[in-house]
Amino acid sequence: MGLDFMLDENLIAQRVKEIIAEQALVEPSEVREEMTLADLDLDSLGLIECIFGIEEAFDVAVPFNANNPEESGFDISSVGAIIRQVEGLIARQAA
Amino acid sequence: MRRVVITGAGTVNPLGSDVPSTYQAMQAAQCAIGPLTCRDVARLGVQIGAEVKGFDPAAHFARAQLPLLDRFTQFALVSARQAMAQAGLELSDDDQTRAGVVLGTAGGGNLTVDDNYRTVYEAGKNRVHPFVVPKLMHNAAASHVSMAFGLKGPGFTTSTACASANHAMGQALMLIRAGMADVMLTGGSEAMLGFGGIKAWEGLRVMSRDTCRPFSRDRSGMVQGEGGAVFVFEERDRALARGAPILAEVAGFGMSSDASDIVMPDRDGPVRAMRMALADAGLAPEAIGYVNAHGTGTAANDRTEAQALAEVMGDHLADCPVSSTKSMHGHLIGGTSAVELLACLMALQDGVLAPTVNFTEADPDCALDAVPNTAREARADAAMSNAFAFGGLNAVMVLRRAA
Repeated sequence: MGLDFMLDENLIAQRVKEIIAEQALVEPSEVREEMTLADLDLDSLGLIECIFGIEEAFDVAVPFNANNPEESGFDISSVGAIIRQVEGLIARQAA
Repeated sequence: MRRVVITGAGTVNPLGSDVPSTYQAMQAAQCAIGPLTCRDVARLGVQIGAEVKGFDPAAHFARAQLPLLDRFTQFALVSARQAMAQAGLELSDDDQTRAGVVLGTAGGGNLTVDDNYRTVYEAGKNRVHPFVVPKLMHNAAASHVSMAFGLKGPGFTTSTACASANHAMGQALMLIRAGMADVMLTGGSEAMLGFGGIKAWEGLRVMSRDTCRPFSRDRSGMVQGEGGAVFVFEERDRALARGAPILAEVAGFGMSSDASDIVMPDRDGPVRAMRMALADAGLAPEAIGYVNAHGTGTAANDRTEAQALAEVMGDHLADCPVSSTKSMHGHLIGGTSAVELLACLMALQDGVLAPTVNFTEADPDCALDAVPNTAREARADAAMSNAFAFGGLNAVMVLRRAA
Protein backbone atom coordinates (compact mmCIF):
# COMPACT_ATOMS: atom_id res chain seq x y z
CA MET A 1 0.00 0.00 0.00
CA GLY A 2 1.55 3.29 -1.05
CA LEU A 3 1.23 6.56 0.77
CA ASP A 4 -1.12 7.98 -1.87
CA PHE A 5 -3.53 5.19 -1.18
CA MET A 6 -3.25 5.77 2.54
CA LEU A 7 -4.08 9.42 2.21
CA ASP A 8 -7.20 8.80 0.23
CA GLU A 9 -9.86 9.33 2.86
CA ASN A 10 -12.53 7.27 1.16
CA LEU A 11 -10.22 4.31 1.04
CA ILE A 12 -9.26 4.75 4.70
CA ALA A 13 -12.91 4.86 5.70
CA GLN A 14 -13.62 1.79 3.63
CA ARG A 15 -10.72 -0.17 5.15
CA VAL A 16 -11.72 0.79 8.72
CA LYS A 17 -15.27 -0.34 8.01
CA GLU A 18 -13.96 -3.64 6.70
CA ILE A 19 -11.91 -4.18 9.84
CA ILE A 20 -14.87 -3.40 12.07
CA ALA A 21 -17.20 -5.53 9.94
CA GLU A 22 -14.83 -8.47 10.24
CA GLN A 23 -15.09 -8.34 14.02
CA ALA A 24 -18.81 -7.60 14.08
CA LEU A 25 -19.45 -10.53 11.72
CA VAL A 26 -21.38 -8.32 9.25
CA GLU A 27 -20.81 -7.12 5.69
CA PRO A 28 -18.72 -3.91 5.33
CA SER A 29 -21.68 -2.31 3.55
CA GLU A 30 -23.72 -2.71 6.74
CA VAL A 31 -21.28 -0.63 8.78
CA ARG A 32 -22.33 3.03 8.73
CA GLU A 33 -20.47 6.00 10.18
CA GLU A 34 -23.20 7.03 12.62
CA MET A 35 -23.21 3.58 14.23
CA THR A 36 -21.80 3.00 17.70
CA LEU A 37 -19.86 -0.11 18.63
CA ALA A 38 -22.85 -1.17 20.74
CA ASP A 39 -25.05 -0.92 17.62
CA LEU A 40 -22.69 -3.45 16.07
CA ASP A 41 -22.71 -5.72 19.14
CA LEU A 42 -18.95 -5.35 19.51
CA ASP A 43 -17.73 -6.24 22.99
CA SER A 44 -14.46 -5.15 24.57
CA LEU A 45 -12.50 -8.03 23.05
CA GLY A 46 -13.95 -7.23 19.61
CA LEU A 47 -12.91 -3.61 20.06
CA ILE A 48 -9.36 -4.62 20.98
CA GLU A 49 -9.21 -6.77 17.85
CA CYS A 50 -10.40 -3.78 15.76
CA ILE A 51 -7.67 -1.57 17.22
CA PHE A 52 -5.11 -4.26 16.44
CA GLY A 53 -6.50 -4.62 12.91
CA ILE A 54 -6.25 -0.87 12.34
CA GLU A 55 -2.68 -0.74 13.63
CA GLU A 56 -1.71 -3.63 11.37
CA ALA A 57 -3.50 -2.25 8.30
CA PHE A 58 -2.20 1.32 8.48
CA ASP A 59 1.02 0.76 10.44
CA VAL A 60 0.07 3.30 13.07
CA ALA A 61 0.04 3.16 16.87
CA VAL A 62 -3.47 3.78 18.19
CA PRO A 63 -3.40 5.49 21.60
CA PHE A 64 -6.09 3.29 23.12
CA ASN A 65 -6.04 2.17 26.73
CA ALA A 66 -8.54 -0.56 27.55
CA ASN A 67 -8.36 0.35 31.26
CA ASN A 68 -9.92 3.69 30.63
CA PRO A 69 -11.26 4.01 27.10
CA GLU A 70 -12.85 7.44 27.74
CA GLU A 71 -9.56 9.06 28.68
CA SER A 72 -7.24 7.30 26.30
CA GLY A 73 -7.31 10.03 23.71
CA PHE A 74 -8.91 7.85 21.09
CA ASP A 75 -12.60 8.51 20.52
CA ILE A 76 -14.56 5.33 19.95
CA SER A 77 -18.02 6.86 20.24
CA SER A 78 -18.95 5.94 16.66
CA VAL A 79 -17.58 4.34 13.52
CA GLY A 80 -17.20 7.81 12.00
CA ALA A 81 -15.25 9.05 15.02
CA ILE A 82 -12.86 6.14 14.71
CA ILE A 83 -12.38 6.80 11.00
CA ARG A 84 -11.66 10.52 11.58
CA GLN A 85 -8.98 9.68 14.14
CA VAL A 86 -7.38 7.06 11.98
CA GLU A 87 -7.20 9.67 9.22
CA GLY A 88 -5.55 12.01 11.72
CA LEU A 89 -3.02 9.39 12.82
CA ILE A 90 -2.11 8.66 9.21
CA ALA A 91 -1.82 12.33 8.33
CA ARG A 92 0.43 13.02 11.33
CA GLN A 93 2.59 10.07 10.40
CA ALA A 94 2.88 11.29 6.81
CA ALA A 95 3.72 14.82 7.88
CA MET B 1 -16.81 -42.12 51.74
CA ARG B 2 -18.34 -40.66 48.59
CA ARG B 3 -17.46 -42.77 45.57
CA VAL B 4 -16.64 -41.44 42.12
CA VAL B 5 -17.47 -42.89 38.72
CA ILE B 6 -16.73 -41.95 35.13
CA THR B 7 -19.89 -41.20 33.16
CA GLY B 8 -18.44 -39.73 29.98
CA ALA B 9 -15.24 -39.76 27.96
CA GLY B 10 -14.00 -37.77 24.98
CA THR B 11 -10.73 -37.44 23.14
CA VAL B 12 -8.84 -36.01 20.23
CA ASN B 13 -5.48 -37.74 19.83
CA PRO B 14 -3.22 -39.04 17.07
CA LEU B 15 -5.07 -42.37 17.04
CA GLY B 16 -8.58 -41.02 16.69
CA SER B 17 -10.96 -38.09 16.79
CA ASP B 18 -13.17 -39.68 19.46
CA VAL B 19 -13.22 -42.59 21.91
CA PRO B 20 -14.59 -45.32 19.58
CA SER B 21 -12.03 -44.60 16.85
CA THR B 22 -9.26 -44.53 19.47
CA TYR B 23 -10.29 -47.94 20.84
CA GLN B 24 -10.44 -49.26 17.30
CA ALA B 25 -6.93 -48.00 16.55
CA MET B 26 -5.55 -49.42 19.80
CA GLN B 27 -7.15 -52.78 19.06
CA ALA B 28 -5.69 -52.71 15.56
CA ALA B 29 -2.24 -51.91 17.05
CA GLN B 30 -1.89 -48.80 14.92
CA CYS B 31 1.10 -46.54 15.28
CA ALA B 32 0.36 -42.87 14.63
CA ILE B 33 4.01 -41.81 14.64
CA GLY B 34 5.13 -40.27 11.37
CA PRO B 35 7.04 -37.40 9.79
CA LEU B 36 6.48 -34.03 11.48
CA THR B 37 5.00 -31.29 9.33
CA CYS B 38 5.67 -28.15 11.38
CA ARG B 39 7.32 -25.05 9.96
CA ASP B 40 11.13 -25.23 9.61
CA VAL B 41 11.08 -28.97 10.19
CA ALA B 42 14.31 -29.26 8.17
CA ARG B 43 16.13 -27.48 11.01
CA LEU B 44 15.00 -30.04 13.57
CA GLY B 45 17.14 -32.97 14.60
CA VAL B 46 14.00 -34.85 15.59
CA GLN B 47 11.68 -35.11 12.61
CA ILE B 48 9.10 -37.63 13.81
CA GLY B 49 6.10 -37.27 16.06
CA ALA B 50 2.49 -38.28 16.49
CA GLU B 51 0.39 -35.45 15.08
CA VAL B 52 -3.37 -35.15 15.22
CA LYS B 53 -4.31 -35.34 11.55
CA GLY B 54 -7.39 -33.95 9.85
CA PHE B 55 -8.44 -31.75 12.77
CA ASP B 56 -10.17 -28.71 11.26
CA PRO B 57 -10.68 -26.03 13.92
CA ALA B 58 -13.21 -24.21 11.73
CA ALA B 59 -15.42 -27.29 11.78
CA HIS B 60 -15.60 -27.11 15.60
CA PHE B 61 -15.52 -23.42 16.47
CA ALA B 62 -17.07 -20.17 15.31
CA ARG B 63 -14.76 -17.77 13.52
CA ALA B 64 -15.06 -15.15 16.25
CA GLN B 65 -14.04 -17.70 18.90
CA LEU B 66 -10.95 -19.07 17.19
CA PRO B 67 -8.53 -16.17 17.88
CA LEU B 68 -8.87 -17.05 21.59
CA LEU B 69 -8.29 -20.78 21.30
CA ASP B 70 -4.82 -22.27 21.21
CA ARG B 71 -4.68 -25.79 19.81
CA PHE B 72 -4.39 -27.33 23.32
CA THR B 73 -7.62 -25.56 24.28
CA GLN B 74 -9.32 -26.75 21.10
CA PHE B 75 -8.40 -30.36 21.90
CA ALA B 76 -9.77 -29.98 25.43
CA LEU B 77 -13.03 -28.36 24.30
CA VAL B 78 -13.79 -30.94 21.63
CA SER B 79 -12.97 -33.76 24.05
CA ALA B 80 -15.17 -32.19 26.74
CA ARG B 81 -18.10 -31.90 24.34
CA GLN B 82 -17.88 -35.61 23.56
CA ALA B 83 -17.64 -36.50 27.25
CA MET B 84 -20.59 -34.31 28.18
CA ALA B 85 -22.67 -35.76 25.35
CA GLN B 86 -21.99 -39.30 26.52
CA ALA B 87 -22.70 -38.42 30.16
CA GLY B 88 -25.99 -36.84 29.11
CA LEU B 89 -25.53 -34.19 31.78
CA GLU B 90 -27.90 -31.30 31.97
CA LEU B 91 -26.88 -29.05 34.81
CA SER B 92 -29.45 -26.92 36.62
CA ASP B 93 -28.40 -23.56 38.09
CA ASP B 94 -27.73 -25.26 41.43
CA ASP B 95 -25.90 -28.14 39.77
CA GLN B 96 -23.61 -25.70 38.01
CA THR B 97 -22.20 -24.39 41.27
CA ARG B 98 -21.44 -28.00 42.28
CA ALA B 99 -19.66 -28.78 38.99
CA GLY B 100 -16.11 -27.89 38.09
CA VAL B 101 -13.14 -28.55 35.89
CA VAL B 102 -9.50 -29.40 36.44
CA LEU B 103 -7.29 -30.09 33.46
CA GLY B 104 -3.62 -30.87 33.08
CA THR B 105 -1.17 -29.41 30.60
CA ALA B 106 2.59 -29.08 30.61
CA GLY B 107 3.09 -26.54 27.86
CA GLY B 108 -0.21 -24.65 27.79
CA GLY B 109 -0.35 -22.44 24.74
CA ASN B 110 3.14 -23.38 23.64
CA LEU B 111 2.33 -22.93 19.93
CA THR B 112 0.97 -19.46 20.64
CA VAL B 113 4.18 -18.57 22.45
CA ASP B 114 6.21 -19.93 19.58
CA ASP B 115 4.22 -18.09 16.90
CA ASN B 116 4.46 -14.78 18.70
CA TYR B 117 8.15 -15.09 19.49
CA ARG B 118 8.57 -15.46 15.75
CA THR B 119 6.55 -12.32 15.25
CA VAL B 120 8.62 -10.14 17.58
CA TYR B 121 12.06 -11.74 17.35
CA GLU B 122 12.29 -13.21 13.86
CA ALA B 123 9.96 -10.96 11.91
CA GLY B 124 10.98 -7.96 14.02
CA LYS B 125 7.44 -6.72 14.45
CA ASN B 126 6.60 -4.54 17.40
CA ARG B 127 2.99 -5.59 17.77
CA VAL B 128 1.34 -8.90 18.61
CA HIS B 129 -2.28 -9.96 18.49
CA PRO B 130 -4.20 -8.67 21.54
CA PHE B 131 -5.23 -12.14 22.72
CA VAL B 132 -1.78 -13.63 23.11
CA VAL B 133 -2.03 -13.77 26.91
CA PRO B 134 -5.53 -15.28 27.27
CA LYS B 135 -4.62 -17.73 24.52
CA LEU B 136 -1.30 -18.95 25.91
CA MET B 137 -2.12 -19.17 29.62
CA HIS B 138 -2.05 -22.69 31.04
CA ASN B 139 -5.56 -22.34 32.45
CA ALA B 140 -7.07 -21.31 29.11
CA ALA B 141 -8.40 -24.81 28.41
CA ALA B 142 -9.94 -25.22 31.87
CA SER B 143 -11.49 -21.76 31.66
CA HIS B 144 -13.00 -22.31 28.23
CA VAL B 145 -14.42 -25.67 29.32
CA SER B 146 -15.97 -23.99 32.36
CA MET B 147 -17.56 -21.37 30.10
CA ALA B 148 -18.76 -23.88 27.53
CA PHE B 149 -20.70 -25.93 30.08
CA GLY B 150 -21.45 -23.45 32.86
CA LEU B 151 -19.19 -25.16 35.38
CA LYS B 152 -19.21 -22.67 38.26
CA GLY B 153 -17.54 -24.72 40.98
CA PRO B 154 -13.81 -25.39 41.43
CA GLY B 155 -11.73 -24.73 38.33
CA PHE B 156 -7.98 -24.88 37.84
CA THR B 157 -5.07 -26.34 35.93
CA THR B 158 -2.35 -28.70 37.06
CA SER B 159 1.05 -28.53 35.42
CA THR B 160 3.38 -31.31 36.45
CA ALA B 161 5.05 -32.13 33.13
CA CYS B 162 4.26 -35.70 32.06
CA ALA B 163 2.00 -36.36 35.05
CA SER B 164 -0.20 -33.26 34.63
CA ALA B 165 -3.37 -35.08 33.57
CA ASN B 166 -3.11 -37.75 36.26
CA HIS B 167 -2.58 -35.07 38.87
CA ALA B 168 -5.61 -33.24 37.47
CA MET B 169 -7.79 -36.34 37.62
CA GLY B 170 -6.57 -37.09 41.13
CA GLN B 171 -7.63 -33.61 42.22
CA ALA B 172 -11.03 -34.10 40.58
CA LEU B 173 -11.47 -37.36 42.45
CA MET B 174 -10.57 -35.80 45.77
CA LEU B 175 -12.78 -32.74 45.26
CA ILE B 176 -15.81 -34.96 44.71
CA ARG B 177 -14.92 -37.24 47.61
CA ALA B 178 -14.47 -34.24 49.87
CA GLY B 179 -17.91 -32.95 48.95
CA MET B 180 -16.61 -29.78 47.31
CA ALA B 181 -18.17 -30.77 43.97
CA ASP B 182 -20.49 -33.44 42.58
CA VAL B 183 -19.34 -33.36 38.96
CA MET B 184 -15.87 -32.61 37.61
CA LEU B 185 -14.69 -32.47 34.03
CA THR B 186 -11.10 -33.59 34.09
CA GLY B 187 -8.22 -34.87 32.01
CA GLY B 188 -5.68 -32.93 30.02
CA SER B 189 -4.36 -31.81 26.68
CA GLU B 190 -1.16 -30.78 24.99
CA ALA B 191 -0.13 -29.19 21.70
CA MET B 192 3.55 -28.45 21.39
CA LEU B 193 4.48 -30.04 18.09
CA GLY B 194 5.83 -26.74 16.78
CA PHE B 195 9.40 -25.81 16.04
CA GLY B 196 10.13 -24.39 19.50
CA GLY B 197 8.41 -27.17 21.41
CA ILE B 198 10.24 -29.91 19.58
CA LYS B 199 13.57 -28.06 19.56
CA ALA B 200 13.41 -27.79 23.35
CA TRP B 201 12.81 -31.52 23.77
CA GLU B 202 15.55 -32.23 21.26
CA GLY B 203 17.99 -30.56 23.63
CA LEU B 204 17.55 -33.29 26.22
CA ARG B 205 18.78 -35.91 23.75
CA VAL B 206 16.28 -38.51 24.87
CA MET B 207 14.24 -38.41 21.68
CA SER B 208 14.08 -41.32 19.29
CA ARG B 209 14.98 -40.80 15.64
CA ASP B 210 13.07 -43.87 14.44
CA THR B 211 10.05 -44.71 16.59
CA CYS B 212 8.85 -45.37 20.12
CA ARG B 213 9.56 -48.92 21.42
CA PRO B 214 8.82 -49.03 25.15
CA PHE B 215 10.27 -52.00 27.05
CA SER B 216 11.86 -53.36 23.88
CA ARG B 217 15.59 -54.08 24.18
CA ASP B 218 16.37 -51.85 21.20
CA ARG B 219 14.28 -48.92 22.43
CA SER B 220 15.69 -45.62 21.29
CA GLY B 221 13.88 -42.93 23.24
CA MET B 222 10.62 -41.06 23.38
CA VAL B 223 8.48 -39.61 20.61
CA GLN B 224 6.28 -36.58 21.18
CA GLY B 225 2.58 -36.52 20.41
CA GLU B 226 -0.29 -34.08 20.81
CA GLY B 227 -3.95 -34.21 21.75
CA GLY B 228 -5.90 -34.87 24.90
CA ALA B 229 -8.82 -36.50 26.63
CA VAL B 230 -11.49 -35.29 29.03
CA PHE B 231 -13.71 -37.32 31.34
CA VAL B 232 -16.82 -36.64 33.35
CA PHE B 233 -16.18 -37.67 36.96
CA GLU B 234 -19.39 -37.86 38.94
CA GLU B 235 -20.40 -38.75 42.49
CA ARG B 236 -21.60 -42.33 42.25
CA ASP B 237 -25.03 -42.03 43.91
CA ARG B 238 -25.86 -39.06 41.73
CA ALA B 239 -24.85 -40.95 38.60
CA LEU B 240 -26.85 -44.02 39.63
CA ALA B 241 -29.89 -41.93 40.49
CA ARG B 242 -30.05 -40.39 37.05
CA GLY B 243 -29.32 -43.67 35.26
CA ALA B 244 -26.09 -42.38 33.75
CA PRO B 245 -23.78 -44.68 31.80
CA ILE B 246 -21.06 -45.78 34.22
CA LEU B 247 -17.84 -46.50 32.37
CA ALA B 248 -15.77 -47.35 35.46
CA GLU B 249 -15.21 -46.38 39.06
CA VAL B 250 -12.30 -44.11 39.92
CA ALA B 251 -11.16 -46.31 42.76
CA GLY B 252 -7.89 -44.86 43.93
CA PHE B 253 -5.19 -42.30 43.48
CA GLY B 254 -1.67 -41.99 44.78
CA MET B 255 1.05 -39.42 44.37
CA SER B 256 4.59 -38.93 45.54
CA SER B 257 7.75 -36.99 44.86
CA ASP B 258 11.13 -38.55 44.24
CA ALA B 259 12.86 -35.56 45.78
CA SER B 260 16.04 -36.70 44.11
CA ASP B 261 16.77 -35.62 40.53
CA ILE B 262 15.18 -33.19 38.09
CA VAL B 263 15.22 -35.62 35.17
CA MET B 264 16.54 -39.05 36.19
CA PRO B 265 13.78 -41.44 37.21
CA ASP B 266 13.80 -43.06 40.57
CA ARG B 267 12.35 -46.34 41.78
CA ASP B 268 11.25 -45.41 45.27
CA GLY B 269 8.92 -42.53 44.30
CA PRO B 270 6.89 -44.56 41.77
CA VAL B 271 6.73 -47.51 44.19
CA ARG B 272 5.23 -45.31 46.89
CA ALA B 273 2.76 -43.70 44.46
CA MET B 274 1.54 -47.08 43.17
CA ARG B 275 1.20 -48.48 46.69
CA MET B 276 -0.67 -45.41 47.81
CA ALA B 277 -3.08 -45.68 44.87
CA LEU B 278 -3.72 -49.36 45.59
CA ALA B 279 -4.26 -48.69 49.28
CA ASP B 280 -6.58 -45.81 48.44
CA ALA B 281 -8.58 -48.14 46.20
CA GLY B 282 -8.58 -50.82 48.88
CA LEU B 283 -7.09 -53.28 46.43
CA ALA B 284 -4.27 -55.77 46.70
CA PRO B 285 -1.73 -55.76 43.85
CA GLU B 286 -3.19 -59.10 42.74
CA ALA B 287 -6.51 -57.37 41.91
CA ILE B 288 -4.88 -55.36 39.10
CA GLY B 289 -5.46 -57.02 35.73
CA TYR B 290 -3.80 -54.41 33.54
CA VAL B 291 -1.28 -51.63 33.94
CA ASN B 292 -0.89 -48.78 31.50
CA ALA B 293 2.74 -47.95 32.06
CA HIS B 294 4.35 -44.56 31.93
CA GLY B 295 6.61 -46.40 29.46
CA THR B 296 8.24 -43.52 27.62
CA GLY B 297 10.64 -45.70 25.65
CA THR B 298 13.76 -44.17 27.17
CA ALA B 299 16.40 -46.54 28.49
CA ALA B 300 16.18 -45.18 32.01
CA ASN B 301 12.43 -44.81 32.46
CA ASP B 302 11.44 -48.25 31.26
CA ARG B 303 14.12 -50.05 33.27
CA THR B 304 13.27 -48.14 36.44
CA GLU B 305 9.53 -48.51 35.95
CA ALA B 306 9.89 -52.28 35.44
CA GLN B 307 11.85 -52.50 38.68
CA ALA B 308 9.27 -50.44 40.52
CA LEU B 309 6.44 -52.59 39.17
CA ALA B 310 8.30 -55.73 40.25
CA GLU B 311 8.64 -54.33 43.74
CA VAL B 312 4.94 -53.43 43.99
CA MET B 313 3.45 -56.40 42.19
CA GLY B 314 5.84 -59.13 43.29
CA ASP B 315 5.06 -62.49 41.68
CA HIS B 316 1.79 -61.10 40.34
CA LEU B 317 3.72 -59.09 37.73
CA ALA B 318 4.13 -62.29 35.70
CA ASP B 319 0.32 -62.46 35.40
CA CYS B 320 -0.34 -58.76 35.00
CA PRO B 321 0.08 -57.37 31.49
CA VAL B 322 1.74 -53.94 31.33
CA SER B 323 1.61 -52.00 28.08
CA SER B 324 2.72 -48.57 26.97
CA THR B 325 0.32 -47.01 24.49
CA LYS B 326 2.85 -44.21 23.95
CA SER B 327 4.20 -46.58 21.31
CA MET B 328 1.01 -45.82 19.33
CA HIS B 329 -0.01 -42.23 20.20
CA GLY B 330 3.34 -40.84 21.24
CA HIS B 331 4.01 -38.97 24.46
CA LEU B 332 1.32 -36.34 24.84
CA ILE B 333 3.32 -34.84 27.74
CA GLY B 334 0.79 -33.11 30.02
CA GLY B 335 -2.18 -34.71 28.28
CA THR B 336 -0.75 -38.16 28.00
CA SER B 337 -2.17 -39.81 31.11
CA ALA B 338 -5.69 -38.71 30.09
CA VAL B 339 -5.42 -40.53 26.75
CA GLU B 340 -3.77 -43.46 28.51
CA LEU B 341 -6.68 -43.74 30.93
CA LEU B 342 -8.72 -44.66 27.84
CA ALA B 343 -6.63 -47.82 27.49
CA CYS B 344 -7.59 -48.70 31.07
CA LEU B 345 -11.26 -48.02 30.36
CA MET B 346 -11.07 -50.20 27.26
CA ALA B 347 -9.57 -53.03 29.30
CA LEU B 348 -12.32 -52.81 31.92
CA GLN B 349 -15.23 -52.22 29.55
CA ASP B 350 -14.35 -54.28 26.49
CA GLY B 351 -11.90 -56.80 27.94
CA VAL B 352 -9.26 -55.83 25.41
CA LEU B 353 -5.73 -54.84 26.39
CA ALA B 354 -4.00 -52.25 24.22
CA PRO B 355 -0.60 -53.45 22.99
CA THR B 356 2.91 -52.02 23.11
CA VAL B 357 3.67 -51.72 19.40
CA ASN B 358 7.08 -51.51 17.68
CA PHE B 359 8.26 -54.15 20.16
CA THR B 360 11.04 -56.24 18.66
CA GLU B 361 12.90 -57.96 21.48
CA ALA B 362 12.37 -58.56 25.18
CA ASP B 363 14.75 -56.75 27.51
CA PRO B 364 15.95 -58.70 30.54
CA ASP B 365 16.05 -55.37 32.39
CA CYS B 366 12.30 -54.98 31.76
CA ALA B 367 10.97 -58.34 32.86
CA LEU B 368 7.28 -57.85 32.24
CA ASP B 369 4.54 -58.87 29.81
CA ALA B 370 4.35 -55.79 27.59
CA VAL B 371 1.47 -57.11 25.43
CA PRO B 372 3.81 -56.91 22.43
CA ASN B 373 2.48 -55.74 19.09
CA THR B 374 -1.06 -57.14 19.14
CA ALA B 375 -4.03 -56.32 21.32
CA ARG B 376 -5.17 -59.09 23.62
CA GLU B 377 -8.49 -60.21 25.01
CA ALA B 378 -8.31 -60.52 28.77
CA ARG B 379 -10.63 -59.89 31.66
CA ALA B 380 -9.50 -57.08 33.94
CA ASP B 381 -11.52 -56.02 36.97
CA ALA B 382 -9.15 -53.24 37.92
CA ALA B 383 -6.50 -51.31 36.05
CA MET B 384 -3.69 -48.97 37.03
CA SER B 385 -2.32 -46.02 35.04
CA ASN B 386 1.14 -44.67 35.81
CA ALA B 387 2.53 -41.20 35.19
CA PHE B 388 6.01 -40.29 36.38
CA ALA B 389 7.00 -36.76 35.52
CA PHE B 390 10.27 -34.97 35.01
CA GLY B 391 10.94 -33.34 38.31
CA GLY B 392 10.19 -36.61 40.06
CA LEU B 393 6.46 -36.01 40.55
CA ASN B 394 4.51 -39.25 40.35
CA ALA B 395 0.75 -39.75 40.01
CA VAL B 396 -1.04 -43.09 39.72
CA MET B 397 -4.73 -43.73 39.06
CA VAL B 398 -6.57 -46.97 39.76
CA LEU B 399 -9.86 -47.73 38.02
CA ARG B 400 -12.26 -50.52 38.90
CA ARG B 401 -14.85 -52.10 36.65
CA ALA B 402 -18.28 -50.63 37.24
CA ALA B 403 -20.16 -52.96 39.59
